[in-house]
Amino acid sequence: MDIGILEKGFQQHVDAEKKIEAKDWMPEKYRNTLIRQISQHAHSEVVGMLPEANWITRAPSLRRKVALLAKVQDEAGHGLYLYSAAETLGAERADLVEALNDGSAKYSSIFNYPTLTWADIGAIGWLVDGAAIINQVMLQRTSYGPYSRAMIRICKEESFHQRQGYEMMLTLCNGSPEQKAMAQDALNRWWWPSLMMFGPTDKDSPNSALSMKWKIKRKSNDELRQDFVDNSVPQAKILGITIPDPDLKWNEERGHYDFGTIDWEEFYNVIKGNGPCNRQRVEARKTAWEKGRWVRDAAVAYADKKKNKEKDAA
Amino acid sequence: MSNKKNWPLWEIFIRSRQGLHHKHVGSLHAPDAEMAINNARDVYTRRQEGISIWVVESTAITASAPEDGAALYDPANDKVYRHPTFYDLPDEVGHM
Ligand SMILES: [Fe+2]
Ligand SMILES: [Fe+2]
Repeated sequence: MDIGILEKGFQQHVDAEKKIEAKDWMPEKYRNTLIRQISQHAHSEVVGMLPEANWITRAPSLRRKVALLAKVQDEAGHGLYLYSAAETLGAERADLVEALNDGSAKYSSIFNYPTLTWADIGAIGWLVDGAAIINQVMLQRTSYGPYSRAMIRICKEESFHQRQGYEMMLTLCNGSPEQKAMAQDALNRWWWPSLMMFGPTDKDSPNSALSMKWKIKRKSNDELRQDFVDNSVPQAKILGITIPDPDLKWNEERGHYDFGTIDWEEFYNVIKGNGPCNRQRVEARKTAWEKGRWVRDAAVAYADKKKNKEKDAA
Repeated sequence: MSNKKNWPLWEIFIRSRQGLHHKHVGSLHAPDAEMAINNARDVYTRRQEGISIWVVESTAITASAPEDGAALYDPANDKVYRHPTFYDLPDEVGHM
């Protein structure tokens, strides 16, 4: 069949709000865009475990420790759901893992910042998971069926992540002056990198238009970022701490908060691999992969041995 | 042995509670069925999602072609007599 006709049929299908499934015909560029986006998303879930894992052994109470453990375990699951979705498009898991470990794959820039104090764990749950939720709620309605289903599952699990982080911030803000100062310091350091999570401005993201046309994305980077700012301001007010942006103010006319300019130079620098923790994160992934090798080998050897025994018995 | 090759892919089905069908929930890689069940328990039942797990190697599944979708759907489209509402009964019969 003529590719023009196929493309037209594909677009009509998408426009009618019908999902595209793995075996359906799709433009090569749709497939490749999705593989790139979904695998980067998966890598982000996996690398995202590292800054938080840093504090598991030092959580101040058992209640906080079990919550953080459960959250980090969820993120591993999220990585798996997303790798599986990428695989339905023909990507190989081994290739994806290799790209992450050799440093060639991208993941969310936010995870290249360090977690310096316990309050950072609260700020991450509140802001980083909060930002991720805004993006993921939109992606529940993405046009690719397996991606959409993974997102629905992830969103269900995600809401406790933000709540446990915000609760932690509340506790600190209602505690001693030192504890409140810790919470403020964490907000100061995590606010701008959280805004960067939504990616470049609309005018600097040339591929966005096509993703919107194909309904891979349903909202632009700037729209999502605005949603995040609008959600966060009242939450910071309840905590009684100050968002580090002198230009932040309510705009009656727009019905939204105006906010200051993001330091895009910092953003592109982190993306390029020069953030505070880029090297450390990839090193940690590599080490985990190497140290786990004997487990993977043993599992295969055991499976082979069992298979041979069954064959001999037959 | 630790070459780049993927472990086989398994499709995971979960029965959420007694009396319901197993339902497809996702997939994962594992070296054998036993490990696939162990991994599925960790990944897909962390919040009481199920009481029973089936794992099936993906290669064991034969699927109909997507372009046959219409052929599966359409022939039933004009067979309204397969539905109870096709049959007219007086109101006094009540629910049947
Ligand atoms: Fe997640
Ligand atoms: Fe999360």
